[in-house]
Amino acid sequence: MAFDKLELRDIEVWDGNFAAAQAMRQVQIDVVAAYPITPSTPIVEGYAKFLADGYIEGEFVMVESEHAAMSGCIGASAAGGRVATATSSQGFALMVETLYQASGMRLPIVLNVVNRALAAPLNVNGDHSDMYLGRDSGWIQFDAYNAQEAYDLNFIAFKVAEDHSVRLPAMVHQDGFLTSHTAQGVKTITDDAAYNFVGEFKPMNDMLDLDHPVTHGVQAEEDWHFEHKARQHRDLMLNVVPRIHEAFDAFEKLTGRKYNMVEQYNMDDAEIAVVCMGSSVETACEVAQELRDQGIKVGVVGIRVIRPFPFKEVIDALKDLKAIGALDRSSPNGAPGMLFNEIAGALFNTDTKAALSGYVYGLGGRDLTKEHLRDLFKELKVNADAGKVTTQLQQFIGVRGPKLAFL
Amino acid sequence: MGEVKKIKNLKEFSTSADRFEGANLLCPGCAHSIIVREVLNATNDDLILASSTGCLEVCTAVYPYTSWDASWIHIGFENGSTAVAGAEAMYQALKRKGRLKQPDRSTKFVAFGGDGASYDIGFQWISGCMERGHDMMYIVLDNEVYANTGGQRSSATPIGASATTSPAGRKSYGEKKNKKDMVAIMAAHDIPYSAQVAPNKWKDMVKKIQHGLNVEGPVFINAMSPCTTEWKFDPKDTMMISDLATDSLVFPLYEIIDGHELNITYRPKHKVPVEEYLAAQGRFKHLFKAEYKHMIKEWQDRVDATWEYLQRREEARV
Repeated sequence: MAFDKLELRDIEVWDGNFAAAQAMRQVQIDVVAAYPITPSTPIVEGYAKFLADGYIEGEFVMVESEHAAMSGCIGASAAGGRVATATSSQGFALMVETLYQASGMRLPIVLNVVNRALAAPLNVNGDHSDMYLGRDSGWIQFDAYNAQEAYDLNFIAFKVAEDHSVRLPAMVHQDGFLTSHTAQGVKTITDDAAYNFVGEFKPMNDMLDLDHPVTHGVQAEEDWHFEHKARQHRDLMLNVVPRIHEAFDAFEKLTGRKYNMVEQYNMDDAEIAVVCMGSSVETACEVAQELRDQGIKVGVVGIRVIRPFPFKEVIDALKDLKAIGALDRSSPNGAPGMLFNEIAGALFNTDTKAALSGYVYGLGGRDLTKEHLRDLFKELKVNADAGKVTTQLQQFIGVRGPKLAFL
Repeated sequence: MGEVKKIKNLKEFSTSADRFEGANLLCPGCAHSIIVREVLNATNDDLILASSTGCLEVCTAVYPYTSWDASWIHIGFENGSTAVAGAEAMYQALKRKGRLKQPDRSTKFVAFGGDGASYDIGFQWISGCMERGHDMMYIVLDNEVYANTGGQRSSATPIGASATTSPAGRKSYGEKKNKKDMVAIMAAHDIPYSAQVAPNKWKDMVKKIQHGLNVEGPVFINAMSPCTTEWKFDPKDTMMISDLATDSLVFPLYEIIDGHELNITYRPKHKVPVEEYLAAQGRFKHLFKAEYKHMIKEWQDRVDATWEYLQRREEARV
């Protein structure tokens, strides 16, 4: 069955979901096994329509749950070919068992995660609860802040994940609705250039190589389990980062668009900064620019690669600051937020004098407004001037009722 | 379609080149290994295999060893069916794209799972695979209990059996519900072929496996697998217990074509009373106490009724 290519305009008006679906079409995936869930459904629908219109040559398996979606992806990937799917929230939670299996079995599957809150209470809007849930699962995690990045990072994810020195699955995150359903101009890559960037899939330990049978998914108890997990961690720590840098460089050569493990905005002489992820990065950048115009030296740091955590890049970006605000869009439920903890861990053994405070915001799709960020930067300025955190270490912002602060 | 392997006799059958090695950790007398060898030896096709978590899986792929000389995958407890369905989807994709490494070989996809993995936790996954029409075979190794975890009841555990989570006691005769009719449920998916097989009836087994591998689309096989440990019989008696099961019609052998056309494939010349089947296993020992003896009649009546039903279904051809 032949398939047709699509002629894209240089700039298309796409939302994050359609941008991801287009990227999935362009890399000529062999098997997509998927199950719809808000707000990632349009990725699956978009892909299905491409198939119906003859733009896909691979298999598209509409399964009966997200657990089965990832199970099918694992079977397909172990068989030996390019595999991807998409999900959100509850579906992501249902997949969790298989996420660990996919990474432990060293299968380079790409998962588009359109971030959404986790029930209860049930909520369809964007926060980072599902993204945080995945952070110990052994996957590489890229975070897109807008539709363009959701498109671009898919190509980078396939290229890194499928490298034989990596062989680990990768997630591309984007914010539910704010990114997934917001149309904007997306600079495109031609079908041929996109496919050539990722390259032909090179199988390894493929079950379908009938002359070389392989056993996937063994039992390994206390005598060997630890070595498998240690090796996976080692490869994440040592092999993945150089491949990401290479992929970012190659992508810049192809498109002129430059990505970094940690994105820095207005950080050159900054004294205070917020660290955040997702669509909040762009909001924070606007507010930071306003404050810059008033002569306050503020900057914004966006985490682009959540796992492996860019420990060194975070130190480099933050150690000379006077005050840092870590913004977590997921309820930590009895602890400081993940970003707060990771940043604190990165900076602890340095000679930094920075005052670090944490903020929990935007749960269940609650807006993070520019006003919130102005107030937040003001607090950080007070911390910078005082040389210490003057508030409690953890504050909730944008939530009803009396001020909620801890620690 | 692959060429159907010709098998003359049991000696030739049992000495076929093994793709499942005897070097495994299954209990002596376990029927799982017998069934798996019968399935694998029934065909010369290349096989891509999966197992759900369970006895077969934990006993055949303990790193750094494997008992499998065909590609094999295990993911979890519930998704052996979908693992092989995913592999089958990849096969179709690569075939279409001209990227199969050995395009001329006949390749078949088979998943094994225990009754816990199939009747219970993996039920939805199997249903999905059957409904979507993957070209694959799913085989339940039905030992009517969660054997790998030490004998807990599953929805395949028959009424009156004592299991660790439905134990017989002073006030209980054990499991209260009879096993669900998985073959009927799977046949209701309108799949081209579903059947029950038993390890003692190896010719019947081979015929059904060969037929199942050669039809296009999903195939469901329920294989009775007597469990020496949990059914509580001597390991040397596996085939004797199997004979009692098929000859008492506790485990009737039949097939269903295209979801409706039922054929009985074994009619015992000398029907054995169900009581003999029950008496041979420790899991039913308590049924022979005075207070639970009524259950033996219940068993015989139910087995008779099921046999009657199967015969009527066969006659009716609907």
